[in-house]
Amino acid sequence: MHGYEFYVDPSRCIGCGACMAACAECDTHRGASMIHVDFIDRPNSIATTPMVCMHCVEPTCALVCPADAIKQGEDGVVRSALKPRCIACNNCVLACPFGIPTVHIGPDLMMKCDMCYDRTSVGLRPMCATVCPSQALTYGPPDVIARQRLARATDDFRFGNEHVKTKVFMMAPESAPVIAVNVEDYMEKGPDESEGWILDDAGLG
Amino acid sequence: MNPKDGSSTTPVWAEEFSVHASEDAYVQRRQFTKFLVLTSFGMVAGNGWIWLKALTAKERSAWPQVVIGRASEIQAGTVRFFSYPEETDPCILVRRTNGEFTAFSQKCTHLSCAVYYAAERDRLECPCHEGYFSAANGQVLQGPPPRQLPQVTLEQRGDDLVAVGVTTHASE
Repeated sequence: MHGYEFYVDPSRCIGCGACMAACAECDTHRGASMIHVDFIDRPNSIATTPMVCMHCVEPTCALVCPADAIKQGEDGVVRSALKPRCIACNNCVLACPFGIPTVHIGPDLMMKCDMCYDRTSVGLRPMCATVCPSQALTYGPPDVIARQRLARATDDFRFGNEHVKTKVFMMAPESAPVIAVNVEDYMEKGPDESEGWILDDAGLG
Repeated sequence: MNPKDGSSTTPVWAEEFSVHASEDAYVQRRQFTKFLVLTSFGMVAGNGWIWLKALTAKERSAWPQVVIGRASEIQAGTVRFFSYPEETDPCILVRRTNGEFTAFSQKCTHLSCAVYYAAERDRLECPCHEGYFSAANGQVLQGPPPRQLPQVTLEQRGDDLVAVGVTTHASE
C-alpha cells in the first residue's frame, strides 16, 4: 500500500469520536488517544474536525524541541516524542501551527499522532482511517481520491508569513489551492486595543 | 533551514540535532576517528601510569613486630581482630578447632568484603558471594575470589602471639 496518502476532510466529520476511540485502543499507548476532535466554532455550530498530525515536511515541533525528542522518519512521518528524551516542556505544543501535540501529565510525555507508522509501514491503514464511518479520515491512493471527491486535496498552508508543506492532505474547496490563515485573527488582543483581554467580572476596573 | 541539504546556510544546531531519525544515530567518520584516537590515548596513558607505579613501588624490607594477643586467652574456635601492618589493614587471628593459630588479612580477595571464621566448618567464609578460604593457609576452596588470602606470619614468644610479616600471593 505504499504510495497511499492520508486525507482529512473536515466537511465530512460527524464528530462521532470513533477515531479517538480507535486510537486509544492501540497497545503502545493504551487508554490515551493521540488525536482529537475539535469543535470549530463551538457556540454557533456543531461542526467538528478530526485533528491528526499533518506531518509537516519541516516539522516545527521537532525543530523547537530542546530535548531532541521528536524525529522524522524516512517515510516523512513525524513521530511522537521519544519517551526517554521528552521533558514535557510544551515547546512543541506552543509551536505547532495546527495545534496537534498534547503533553500528557501522568507520564510527562508529549504524545501525538504518528500516522500509525507501525501499521502503514507494513501496508495497513492507520487505525482512525479504518474506523471513520464518513471517511473524513481516509488513507488511500491519490488517483482514487481525486476521482471520488469533489473537494481538492492540498498540502500547502500559510499561517501569516509562515509557509508550511505537509505530508497529510487537507480537503479544501477547489478555489483554494493554498489554505491561508491570517494568524492575527486568532491572536488575543492586547490591553491597549479596543477589546480588552483582561477579564473583569468583579468590576474592579 | 532544511537540515538535510547540508548547505552552508544550515545552522550548526540543526545539523547536530537533526530532526531526521536516520541522522540521529549517524556517526561521522571524523567523529569516530576522534573517539578512537582519544580512547587509545587514554588506554596508553593508563597503562603507562600502572607501569610507572609498578616500577616505583618498593618492596617492604622490614615488617613491624606487633604483639596481637596472648595465646592462653584465646579459646579454640574463636577469633581476635587486629590491624597489621598498618591501622587500615584489618586482619583476623584464628585459633582453629585443632588449637593451631593462623592469621589472615580480613579482606576477601574478590571484592574486599570482611571474611569471618566459621568454626563448625573450620574455614574462613566471605558472606558477599560465598567465597570460602581454608583456615590452614588461606587457599580458595570455593567461589569467586581469584587468589588466596594474604597470610600473616605468626611467631609465638612465650605466651605472646607476634605478627612478623605478611605473605601475599599472585593470582592463581
